[in-house]
Amino acid sequence: MADEILSTIDYKPPRRRWLDTPVEFRRGTWCYGAKAKSLEAVGLPNPREWSPDQEDWKLPPNWREILLEGLRERLERFRSLRLFMDTCVRCGACADKCHYYIGSGDPKNMPVLRAELLRAVYRKNFTLAGRIMGEFVGARELTQDVLKEWFYYFFQCSECRRCSVFCPFGIDTAELTMIARELLNLVGCNIDWIAGPVANCYRTGNHLGLEPHAFKDMVDFCVDELEEVTGVRVEPTFNRKGAEVLFIAPSGDVFADPGMYTFMGYLLVFHEVGLDYTLSTYASEGGNFGLFTSHEMMKRLNAKMYAEAERLGVKWILGGECGHMWRVVHQYMDTMNGPADFLEEPVSPVTGTKFDHAKSTKMVHIAEFTADLIRHGKLKLDPGRNDHLRVTFHDSCNPARAMGLLEEPRYIIRSVCRHFHEMPENTIREQTFCCGSGAGLNADENMEIRLRGGFPRANAVRYVREKYGVNALACLCAIDRAVLPPLMEYWVPGVDVYGVHELVGNALVLKGEKERTTDLRGEPLDRTDDDEDL
Amino acid sequence: MGIRVSLFAVLALILVAYVGVALLGLELLFGVIMPYAAMAAFLAGLVYHVIKWARSPVPFRIPTTCGQQRALPWIKASEVDNPSTAVSAAARVALEALLFRSLLRNTKAELADGSLAYRWEKWLWLGGLLFHWSLLVIVLRHLRFFTEPVPGFVNLLRDLDGFLHVNLQVLYITDIVILLAVTYLFLRRVVIPQVRYISLPGDYFPLFLILSIALSGILMAHFIRVDVVAVKELAMGLVTFSPTVPEGIGAIFYIHLFLVSVLLAYFPSSKLIHMVGIFLSPTRNLPNDSRRRRHVNPWNYPVDVHTYEEYEDEFREKMKKADIPVERY
Ligand code: HEM
Ligand code: SF4
Ligand code: SF4
Repeated sequence: MADEILSTIDYKPPRRRWLDTPVEFRRGTWCYGAKAKSLEAVGLPNPREWSPDQEDWKLPPNWREILLEGLRERLERFRSLRLFMDTCVRCGACADKCHYYIGSGDPKNMPVLRAELLRAVYRKNFTLAGRIMGEFVGARELTQDVLKEWFYYFFQCSECRRCSVFCPFGIDTAELTMIARELLNLVGCNIDWIAGPVANCYRTGNHLGLEPHAFKDMVDFCVDELEEVTGVRVEPTFNRKGAEVLFIAPSGDVFADPGMYTFMGYLLVFHEVGLDYTLSTYASEGGNFGLFTSHEMMKRLNAKMYAEAERLGVKWILGGECGHMWRVVHQYMDTMNGPADFLEEPVSPVTGTKFDHAKSTKMVHIAEFTADLIRHGKLKLDPGRNDHLRVTFHDSCNPARAMGLLEEPRYIIRSVCRHFHEMPENTIREQTFCCGSGAGLNADENMEIRLRGGFPRANAVRYVREKYGVNALACLCAIDRAVLPPLMEYWVPGVDVYGVHELVGNALVLKGEKERTTDLRGEPLDRTDDDEDL
Repeated sequence: MGIRVSLFAVLALILVAYVGVALLGLELLFGVIMPYAAMAAFLAGLVYHVIKWARSPVPFRIPTTCGQQRALPWIKASEVDNPSTAVSAAARVALEALLFRSLLRNTKAELADGSLAYRWEKWLWLGGLLFHWSLLVIVLRHLRFFTEPVPGFVNLLRDLDGFLHVNLQVLYITDIVILLAVTYLFLRRVVIPQVRYISLPGDYFPLFLILSIALSGILMAHFIRVDVVAVKELAMGLVTFSPTVPEGIGAIFYIHLFLVSVLLAYFPSSKLIHMVGIFLSPTRNLPNDSRRRRHVNPWNYPVDVHTYEEYEDEFREKMKKADIPVERY
């Protein structure tokens, strides 16, 4: 089956110049357009019913002026944009670093050409050479065809930043994609898989649109399940004033299989160390699809975190396992919605560790929190309870390339598992490959491009599966947990996807727990006595 | 298309200089006016770009982290690839500019038998580095024309670079290296299908231009000898703003000088501006300390949010039923 895709990958570029090759909307590669009601819910422009594969996109009559004015404004606001427009030397080092290019062979999926789509319009309208010499210097008019090309390729970039690791000038195509999507949103050209969750999140506090009671129900369900497996009843609280810590996880962890098991892992750790924490139904989403819409939308959705922390009077915020959530929290939140003067510098109440590195933003990653607990011997762990799993670890793009959270999860995994095998060097840590579905591209209708984009990641998993018999792909991201299972099923059957804290939950020996016979999923344990991998 | 047009453009430039000097006797134009105009365009262009860039703020702290963060004290941080201070970030940029560190990560992805492999591919790094360093050394060596007395380091550089002698003539290593490196950079652009596909005329033109400058220089040094004393007189005249046009410098020199003038004038409005850009790149020159120290965005503006009050107003009854605390009953 995998041959269907592999046999169509051809890295030889077509004869026709890219400037003359119009985009073709082939099923399986693009996402449905934003519905009117999704845009209306948050007051975004040009709500209407439309479809990207139709001729007429129902753009406002002055769409061109809107976009060019928007570009001008952003050139004045973002030095990154200005620089990245001017400095690329087209050396091509980034070309085969993008998973979408590797998996599709479509030349416009080379980061450099993706960026040139924007750059060509920039040159035409904002540089003297471009105005005079036109195509000769790679400049071109902004036409509807170009707009469609933007839509197609900027919603085929998962903002993973892998290209920027390799670029000698640090040109970050993800930054350009963010800005291009922001422009597209000015004329109502978002995808519904992003616009829908944004609308939900704005009103109900989470992408899935879970209302407060439903959110609580899902958590209660996890609590019941946990009691069944461990015999211990954990007692999370909701919207509780005066708690020491506000805990915010991606809502996918509360709702979806297998993310749920990761959520159970969080609950067990908090229970075991007696953390005084509360969940919030209002700030019930760690993720932020606003990041995939515009800087402004990112800020509007993110505002809930600090607002809720202030209302509840907590001391600091703890954040769950999620990739793009941490891009926002680490690189944007404090700047956008801070300073969070009403919070205190985070200190672990269990170990006394001061999280000095988070003293301004006042939000700590759960991997940092748990690694610190383990380091101080505060968790009793029985890694043998993960012996049925031969684990490898997928670094999510954002924690790796927008933060550098590399060793914390590895330290945790090594403490709770006895069989851990790294994927090849070029595919992990800062060079990690995207799941293929990030930045809001985890819809169903674009499954083909997701499988293509996920191929480099899957290929590396297959390598460790064949070499070490790996059957568990651990990750630190709710989107990963949602999208890696179908990816594995397609490319590497027999590999299941786990959150890091699910593995912790399996190994964690609770006070007063009953003898465990299964892991959190209800799979039987299989303790091996040989310690070959210790 | 781009290749041919760029090549013809450079040949035309050579012809212009030759005709201008050898047939029309426009030494003053090519020896004085053009170089001054080009230098003015170069400086003005650089300043314009830098001001333009500097006027756009850096609203967010967006370094691309390429190593372990500094967080828990017992986990060793990777200070250069994930700098936690401005000093480390400066070191990171210095390594980029001096050694092309990011380019050194380069690999080549290959698909064979349904499997991906990442092959060793440091040629671009090597070719690029050799090209740029040779260029720098050559530019510095040229200072001997523009200074009197010639500073010690320029002479030292000349001696080091020129330790090879062929037929009693100095043969500069960097001359050879730059020819090879630029030829390599050109060939890879033509031979690697992807790179060829993304290349614009503006990518070939500077390569041809630099190659022609180097070739005309080498011709002058070894084959069509020019009067070096006269050249120095002209050069000193230029830098001391008392320009003279000495008699008897060959046309080849004016071709060389004209091509350099064109390169200077062309520089700011082309991709060559990367020389400045590399130092300003916000994914490289900022420390990754955004949770430790608040980064301020000068244009941060208030936005519409969905407040808790609005939220509770909508869901109050449901919350009460589910025993979730509310503010107002
Ligand atoms: C601080 C100074 C500079 C730095 C750090 C720098 C860095 C780089 C890097 C990393 C590349 C990409 C790799 C490569 O193709 O070699 C590059 C390309 C290039 N640079 Fe520079 N550069 C500098 C100054 C200059 C100057 C002064 C010139 C010429 C006047 C120049 C001409 C070029 C050209 C023509 C290319 C493209 C080569 C190609 O076609 O592939 N650079 N530079
Ligand atoms: S690696 Fe950087 S400079 Fe080279 S083509 Fe890509 S974006 Fe341009
Ligand atoms: S950010 Fe990621 S998906 Fe986007 S162009 Fe770069 S490598 Fe490709």
